Amino acid sequence: MSILTINGVSKRYSSHLALDNVSFSIPQGCIFGLLGPNGAGKTSLIRIITQITGADEGEIYFRGERLRPDHIKDMGYLPEERGLYKKMKVGEQLLYLAQLKGLSKTEATERIKGWVDRLEIREWLGKQIEDLSKGMQQKIQFIATVLHEPSLIILDEPFSGFDPINANLIKDEILRLRDNGATIIFSTHRMESVEELCDNIALINRSQKVLDGPVREIKDAYKTDTFQVIGNGQLLITSPDYKVLEQHENHGVFRANIKLENNSTPNDLLRYLIERVEVHSFIELVPSINDIFIRKVTETHA
Amino acid sequence: MHKIWLIIQREYLTRVRKKSFIIMTLLTPLLLAAFMILPGLLITMSGDEETVMVLDESGLFTGKLENKEGMKFVPLAGSLEQAKEVYQETDNTALLYIPKISIDDPQGITLYGKKNTSLQTQVRLENILEKEIENQRFIASGLDRETLDKIEANIKLSTINLSDEGEKDNNAIITSAAGVVAAVIIYFFIFLYGVQIMRGVIEEKTSRIVEVIISSVKPFQLMMGKIIGIAAVGLTQFLLWIVLSFVAVTAVSAAFGVDAAPSPMEHYEAGKIAAEGGSTDAEAAAEKNELANTIQDVKQSFENLPLLLILGCFLFYFLGGYLLYGSLFGAIGAAVDNETDTQQFMMPITIPLVISFIMSYSVVLKNPDGAVAFWMSIIPFTSPIVMMVRVPFGVPAWELALSMGLLVLGFIFTTWIAARIYRVGILMYGKKINYKELSKWLFYRV
Repeated sequence: MSILTINGVSKRYSSHLALDNVSFSIPQGCIFGLLGPNGAGKTSLIRIITQITGADEGEIYFRGERLRPDHIKDMGYLPEERGLYKKMKVGEQLLYLAQLKGLSKTEATERIKGWVDRLEIREWLGKQIEDLSKGMQQKIQFIATVLHEPSLIILDEPFSGFDPINANLIKDEILRLRDNGATIIFSTHRMESVEELCDNIALINRSQKVLDGPVREIKDAYKTDTFQVIGNGQLLITSPDYKVLEQHENHGVFRANIKLENNSTPNDLLRYLIERVEVHSFIELVPSINDIFIRKVTETHA
Repeated sequence: MHKIWLIIQREYLTRVRKKSFIIMTLLTPLLLAAFMILPGLLITMSGDEETVMVLDESGLFTGKLENKEGMKFVPLAGSLEQAKEVYQETDNTALLYIPKISIDDPQGITLYGKKNTSLQTQVRLENILEKEIENQRFIASGLDRETLDKIEANIKLSTINLSDEGEKDNNAIITSAAGVVAAVIIYFFIFLYGVQIMRGVIEEKTSRIVEVIISSVKPFQLMMGKIIGIAAVGLTQFLLWIVLSFVAVTAVSAAFGVDAAPSPMEHYEAGKIAAEGGSTDAEAAAEKNELANTIQDVKQSFENLPLLLILGCFLFYFLGGYLLYGSLFGAIGAAVDNETDTQQFMMPITIPLVISFIMSYSVVLKNPDGAVAFWMSIIPFTSPIVMMVRVPFGVPAWELALSMGLLVLGFIFTTWIAARIYRVGILMYGKKINYKELSKWLFYRV
């Protein structure tokens, strides 16, 4: 079942088309990557989903219902441009933002307590935002985004500005939220940073969706049946079923990228190799999302 | 509605808890109290200690100089040189030397002092001496003071308005003061708190929190919440000022035993009257009577002012003007990235305000029913200030209704414009905005 369905959405600003007839859907309970280079239209789409702006054409369905203003209490949005009231205390700020999302005061207070205890930042509550380091501010902002336990969490460039330790901490929190049933949208132009986390993705380029679906399927669709073999011995392939794309040799150790042809299987190749050389390593070369993106984009512009 | 209430609360509480707010709120009434009390206090203090030594060689004033109102006379005998020596050894204010003169040619009277004698002391002494010589001249010419008092006439004009509603006492000064005070308060309130709205919007924009907030609330709610919250801050400060000023003035005057708010001029006049009186009780009584009459006049003028109407109008134009301009200030804040860029957009807002302020003094006060006053009190951008100046003079009901109706329409109109600029502007960064760009924003579909 999909939590969000985007149906033919277009958005035009005075001088340019930000989104051009974009459609895809996001399954419930997954981590979804909204990927694309800067200026592709990701933020425009997010602002339509969070109802900051409206679409010129198309509809969006949230849990099967046409998007309504009261749906925003079920969404949490961490914008790319982070910011909090500098002169406000951490505790008051979290309370205020949670109340704006419709939480009662007592409920919000309780949840804030839960978060600061888990992240061990209780002593921050009385501090003003401007007295915190940038990494600390980001943590507070992340808490503010998810405090009302939204079923859809939208994170725009979530890891920019985090040091590796905090980035891992946030990653763990995101996975925990997903396991508790939330759906998470990652929007980023750094595709390698979210590849391992995402179950599904949509690729956007120049206002258009170029690709979407489960990461597994996309990778399967784009895999090239190429294997990397490392071993000892003289490798000389004569069979027409296997095509050597690349081969290096160094002190009797070779490394070769071999593509399967004529419907041969990996096992056929392995059997063929074992008879001739000593195999140390045999891995399938899977394209990264970045590779797929580049291939797809060059295809569409070719 | 619940969310806008949360926003109002935040805007209100963060400002009211600021140190600068607390200091301003406490300090202003104290300064005001000091300003009102000090002049009176200083005069009384310096007036207490005047002792004048008198060397009267003419004998004209012997027994005629009475101690009164902080001025004490000590008669001396002997030569001028001796008197000077005696005077030097004392702390007394001055030495008055009256040579052998006749009442026909009273020249050569000299006042010696250690420091510069104050003008006030000099004038008082001159008055006393003049009075005495006049008295003696009357006696010499066969008139006495009582006869003269009967001859002396004292006229005080009462001004009365003849209008459709019947006769009304009217004191032009009181009437204009009531209106001008109200107008000045409105003028400063719009400026002080309008700029606060603008700063608040810029702060939200530069700290980039605005996108988080408007993913929870509508931009219009955020803007209105801010405007209303800041209005509440202003009203709070205003009320506290009134209450605290009253408390401070009462407390200070009780502590120092000074009449609250005696103007230095009044005090001087009182001194002069007291100095002039003296020869007969009847005259003093007459003077007192006159003073009482003036006070009665002032009181009556206040009572005759339509106080409820003025207060009602004040509240209406106070809020109406603030809301009209406040939303525009908010729109400016949304259109720019930082405060230095606000200049070009501030101009068109400040100009009508400043013009109505200046015109209130120069034209409207002199001719509260003229064409300029009429039009400026009808147009929403100038009416909050100009109409307030006119109201105490009496304004036809239809003009008031028209002006108020237009102000409400004007407020709705500026809020509409501001909301449209606001919703586009708060998410727009790093773009130099001009008026052409702004006008395009009005018709964006968001």
